[in-house]
Amino acid sequence: MKVRSPLLWPLAGFVALLLLNAVFNPAFLKITLLDGHLYGVPVDILVQGSRTMLVALGMTLVIATGGIDLSVGSVVAIAGAVCAVLLQDGHGLALTLVAAVGAGVLAGSANGLLVARLGVQPIVATLILMVAGRGVAQLLVDGQVIIIASAPFEFLANGFVLGLPLAPLLVAAAYVSAHLLLRRTALGLFVEAVGDNEQASRFAGLAAARIKTLAYVFCGACAGGAGILTAANIRAADAYRAGENMELDAIFAVVVGGTALTGGRFLILGTAIGALLIQTLTTTMYNLGVPPAVAPVPKALLIIGVALLQSERTTRWLRGLAGRKEAA
Amino acid sequence: MKSIPCLRLLFFLSLAVSAFAGDRQVKIGFAQTGAESAWRTANTNSMKGEAAKRGFDLKFADGQGKQENQIRAIRSFVAQRVDVIVLAPIVETGWDPVLREARRAGIPVILTDRTIQTADESLYACFIGSDFYEEGRMAADWLARKVNGQGAIVELQGTPGSAPANERRRAFADAIAKHPGLKIIDSQSGDFRRAGGKEVMEAFLKKHGRAIRIVYAHNDDMALGAAQAIEEAGLKPGTDIILVSIDAIREAVQAVVDGRLNCTVECNPLFGPKVYDIIGPLIRKEPVPKKSYNKDELFDATNAAAVIAQREY
Repeated sequence: MKVRSPLLWPLAGFVALLLLNAVFNPAFLKITLLDGHLYGVPVDILVQGSRTMLVALGMTLVIATGGIDLSVGSVVAIAGAVCAVLLQDGHGLALTLVAAVGAGVLAGSANGLLVARLGVQPIVATLILMVAGRGVAQLLVDGQVIIIASAPFEFLANGFVLGLPLAPLLVAAAYVSAHLLLRRTALGLFVEAVGDNEQASRFAGLAAARIKTLAYVFCGACAGGAGILTAANIRAADAYRAGENMELDAIFAVVVGGTALTGGRFLILGTAIGALLIQTLTTTMYNLGVPPAVAPVPKALLIIGVALLQSERTTRWLRGLAGRKEAA
Repeated sequence: MKSIPCLRLLFFLSLAVSAFAGDRQVKIGFAQTGAESAWRTANTNSMKGEAAKRGFDLKFADGQGKQENQIRAIRSFVAQRVDVIVLAPIVETGWDPVLREARRAGIPVILTDRTIQTADESLYACFIGSDFYEEGRMAADWLARKVNGQGAIVELQGTPGSAPANERRRAFADAIAKHPGLKIIDSQSGDFRRAGGKEVMEAFLKKHGRAIRIVYAHNDDMALGAAQAIEEAGLKPGTDIILVSIDAIREAVQAVVDGRLNCTVECNPLFGPKVYDIIGPLIRKEPVPKKSYNKDELFDATNAAAVIAQREY
């Protein structure tokens, strides 16, 4: 029997959603040119979805090592706050961006230290920073929403290069480099080995703790990058609300994309599709005019649908049903 | 985690010292929700500043977003025998036992900002808050005059189920029902967030195009996000599309001055004077109104420039 690609179902869900929207509102897929750049709903989905995509990229590796990182939303808020404070004090853009990503790396290192070196449960270790991190972000901006008046900074999230939106391009570049780094070297294999069986991988000579730490550091850096995009998108650092519930979106994107929560297997492309799927879902609610009080229900239905289709047991059961019909 | 009991001990010691030191000053305990927004900070500063001005001894407790902290604060206020307790409840339910303790000690409780759900309304003396319904009505009336009762509206709702979102939505719908030319053509939640307002407005602009004449946002943050989305679509917020919102944070009043926003209705956080005015009658056991509201104003192009300098939040 042919092995089906695990990307099939999320991709099918994504296409089905696009079709549904196109039927209800033919203008949904229309892309026009406005002031020399692309303009339309698909562009919005890419731009708005790019932040979740970036966070989910880091999350993929952490989950592949059998861990989880709940602190990414707070790290997004911290990175945004760092940007606002530095730009307000008149520091340069380059320094600001490095510091924001650096804050993410620092947060990731703290998580890595707790999980890989001190053996704290990942869900507990990262929960600490999830709670404390938002406090740190609020402390940085003194509980205020700080306006960022820097055109080059805003360009990162809302700018267009050759008519194409910059933020999705940057995130795509991150995906491609991550793919090359993980799949063209043995690194990806190491990550999967650690996630599959940490003890066995250590006996085989892998520095399991170091690989785990690296995954958290990478995840923190991604969240830092997403924090930059989040702040640039609204030209403001909102320490209280930025990145709220982003960890859940990211975990959803990873899982829907075919990466197992138990670790040991990861699909970078799947994560990208998963992140786009969740953003398309949100946009669909706006497009179809679903009342906001009801909107979580169709979302939940689609998520459970995709999750069921991915489960081996359900597909076996469905195949059994189909087989019985044929026999009859 | 060890430092917390020590801190708590210090806190109580300092309270005990101040309790002995005080002469017959009016003692007020204020259990605040936390410091989650600029609005809340302005609210706290108003309560503290006005107490200092009137010579009240204000004991301030920051609940840090947790009900158990607020309950603990009320218990300590009761133990210190304050004259009045002011509570800004973080959630609506679960206050009955601690409020009964306060009543047993004979200490009246004033609720501010948000109300509570209780079977026994006598557990609190009165409620002083913002009239979210009135805010929505003011926004709608201003709009109807501005556009002569004509135009297609998109609404950016707050967090579904929250009191300000519910009331502002209901009031606006009630008020524009008198004007058949004013119609809400779409309504979605931006969750009171700037990013949410921007994202929803982007979707609305693609869906309805130039049909949108008016944006009504349940708070300033969403309106400012929407203004940005309108700019990115190549239109001029405030001119091509009229924006009306609520809260009157300083940035929004500035946007009104700059012409990017047309009108913002105040949701005044400066509760100090209103709350302390009621404390005198309360201590003298005179009857006080069970419900009263802080007065809110409206800022548009005619008066925004004059008030921007004195905006405190």
